[in-house]
This record gives sequence, structure tokens and C-alpha cells, in this order.
Amino acid sequence: MTLLVKDKDVVVPGEALASGMDYLPTSGTYREGDKVVASRLGLVQVDGRLIRIIPVSGKYLPKRGDVVVARVTNITLNGWVCDINSAYSSLLGMKEGVSDFIARGSDLTRYYNIGDSLMAQIINVTSQNMVDLSAKGPGLRKLGEGRIIYVNANKVPRIIGKAGSMVSMIKDATNCRISVGQNGVIWLQGTPAAELVAVSAIRRIEADSHVSGLTEQVKAFLDKNKVVA
Amino acid sequence: MVKLGDSFREHVLSYLDAGVRFDGRKLDEFRPISVEYGISHNAEGSARVTVGSTHVLAGVKMAVEKPYPDTPADGNLMINAELLPLSSSVFESGPPSDEAIEVSRIIDRGIRESKVIDTKKLCIIPKEEVWSVMIDICTINVHGNLIDASALASVAALTSAKLPGYEGKVVKYDELTDKGIPLAASLLPVVVTVFKIGKHLIVDPLPEEESVADARISAAVLEDGSIVALQKGGGLPVTAQEIDSMLGLAQAKAGDLRKLLSGKKLK
Repeated sequence: MTLLVKDKDVVVPGEALASGMDYLPTSGTYREGDKVVASRLGLVQVDGRLIRIIPVSGKYLPKRGDVVVARVTNITLNGWVCDINSAYSSLLGMKEGVSDFIARGSDLTRYYNIGDSLMAQIINVTSQNMVDLSAKGPGLRKLGEGRIIYVNANKVPRIIGKAGSMVSMIKDATNCRISVGQNGVIWLQGTPAAELVAVSAIRRIEADSHVSGLTEQVKAFLDKNKVVA
Repeated sequence: MVKLGDSFREHVLSYLDAGVRFDGRKLDEFRPISVEYGISHNAEGSARVTVGSTHVLAGVKMAVEKPYPDTPADGNLMINAELLPLSSSVFESGPPSDEAIEVSRIIDRGIRESKVIDTKKLCIIPKEEVWSVMIDICTINVHGNLIDASALASVAALTSAKLPGYEGKVVKYDELTDKGIPLAASLLPVVVTVFKIGKHLIVDPLPEEESVADARISAAVLEDGSIVALQKGGGLPVTAQEIDSMLGLAQAKAGDLRKLLSGKKLK
């Protein structure tokens, strides 16, 4: 009947959030007896009768619709096995990988070789956490020469910013091409000096994601470290 | 190692051509290093070394054992590296990997050939009882340059070790004496590994740089700059001139690393 925590409280796994049947557990929470209990470390969000947790840590959990940066780790008979920086690996099926007709027995490394990275969308996650990817869609492409950094996947929304404002600001200031995956993998391409500025800007956002006025801070940082093209 | 696309090597080279590394360092610059002594209650000597986010523990255990027949009046030395699966996504549990054997071998030869340990003084009764020095290396997090970090931790642990009490054939591990392992400070070996990528020579690589390196040379260097042990690794050959400049760089950097060890007084 009662809420045991306040909205936006930080909770740890196992902490009781509410008792009684009035509240319903959603993502990051579960019901135990008549209690709603946290399963992740994060901030509580109470939305009417729904309780959910915005995680602040933890490995990326694949979700249908997410656009991720994937790296090919193996090639099988029917597609490419990809690492998506998660506990679960994923499969980019042949049909979803390329539009060309692929004859039986042809060399799949022509399209994606082991070690290549690509932007892909998660089209399905089964109950057993088998992940299917697609490389067909706007903005989905093979990523060429560049470097990859890993960030906390839960901080990705701050790095992208509202409607992509934060990442656009970094792109404009450094003249880098940047692709941010929901899985916390970021691909950058630019001159070494520009990439270094972009990486430290991203690291700042990751470290100070909870600070208000972050956009101004990052803007000041980028202005101070102007990259001369 | 994590396999990355071939184009990635080109990207690393574009950085090195510009004279910077992936984290903004210069080519011959180490990440910040810390050395902390006495981190284990159970070991007779121990040290924790961090090089950037690479994090390694080393512990020294002492035991009384029978000497080897060919060195009847010398103490024994054994070094073992444990590359724990939790410290890197590429390490597996099970018997020691090639990499683990190589790391411990490089450090073993550095310490053995430097003659830093006066093994004669570790003899209790010739042909019957000598002290065995066992160094165990545990990796907590591996993010590049495992060899140099492990070697520094091993030597630091050696300098902090104290002999346990020994009375009537019983080693008293709970009563350490104030006697250290007999060491000669000027002979402490410092291992520096120089990597070659394209035409560039770098020290203290990141995992990305290690994955595209052509070759590497690890050198164990003494205080006067003399080299007592060498190990070449990586797939590609190096020219005589390159070896010269790689060793020159190793000697210069070893001096810097040695300063981190001087925090500990030798007895």
C-alpha cells in the first residue's frame, strides 16, 4: 500500500521499494511476496502506479530497436556473429546483412570480415537473449578506419543529448565523424588531435553525467581545446 | 588479443606519425605508475603496482627446501605468473597460458641473471637446507604492458620481503624477523619492453597498440644501464639498428622506473 522510497532515490539491488499490490514492478524491479524490490543499482522513478529504475551502472542489456556498434567475431554458414559489448552475443543474418544476392558457398568476408565494426540495429531479442541484428536501415553502415572507445552504456543518453545535441556539438567542434551505439560503444574518425579532444569531451560527459549545466561545461571545454583543421 | 580490422592498424599508425598515442601521451612516455608495499598479510613481502589502469599484485613466499644438486649452497628462486580470467576478457582459467609462462620467464631471468639476490646467504645447511624464494604474480586488471608492470611489482615485493623465523626445522611464518632477503640495490633489474609498430618505437602500450605491434623487446636493465636479460616477441623481425635504438630507449626508461623503487630502503 505504501511507497518505501522517494522518487529519484538511489537504490541498491534487493532494496524494497514499495509494499502492497498498488504498485507494479517494471524494468529493473521485481515482485517478491507483496513487495516491489530493486534488481539494479539506480534511481527510482515512480510513474503513477508503475515503479522503474533508471540504472546508473551495469553491463548493456540488449533491447529491440537499439542501434548499436557491433564488431564481427566469427562467420558462420548463415551470417556474422557480432560482439555487442554485452553478456550476450548477436547474429547478423545474411539476409539482414547485405542486399546483394549471395550465392551458395561465396566468401562472406567480402562484406564483413572478422574484426570489422558496423552500426546495426537490434531487430529481435528472444526470451533466451538471442540477439538478431540488421544492417539495413537509415544510418546503418560498415564503419571504416577509426578508433573505438567503450563507455558506460547507461550514460549514452547524456552523451547523445536531447535530439543528438551533445554529440552534434562535439562533431561540429572537432570535425570528427562519431557514431554512438546504445551499447556504450563509440566509433570516432578524424585527425588524431581532433579525436583526442572528442574522446576527452566524451569522458567528461561520462564522468559528470549527473551534473546540471553539463552542456555549457562541455561547450567551454571544446572552445578551450579548439582543433585547428 | 582482441582482433580488430586491418584498417585499425593504419589508424594507430596515423596517431604515431602525429607523435601521439591513443590517450594523448608521447611515444616514449609511460602512464602514471604507483608502487605500494606490504599489501598482503600472508606473504613475506608484497607489492601492488598500477600502470595506468593495469593493476598487478606480487607476493614473495619463503620456504626451507632442499637445494638443487648443481647448486648445493644456493637458495632457490621460483617465479609464477597467474593471469586471472577476471583481469582481462582474453584470459581463460586452466593451466598457465603461453603468455603467463613468458611473463614469468622474462622476470625470472631478469632477477636470476642480475644476481641481485645473494643466493649464497640463503643457504642454511649446504646440500640440505636452503631458503626458497617464490614470487607469485596476480593480475587484477590488464590494460596493456603487463610485462613491465609485473616485473616492477616482483622486484618491489622482493625488496619488501622479510625472512620468517626458523627454529628447529620449523618455519615461523607468524614471526617475521627484521632480516630481508640479501639484495644488492644496484643490481635490482628493471624490465622495460619496447614495442615496434611500423617505423615507430613505443613503450607502455595500450591493448589496442599491442594488438597491432610488429615486434617487441623486453630488456632487464641494472642501475648502471647494463642489460642482463633480453626477450624478443611479436611476429616480425627487427634490424640490428632497430635493436640498438630499442635497447637505448629501454635503458633510458629503466632509469625513470628505478626511481619508483627507491622509496624503499634496503637492509
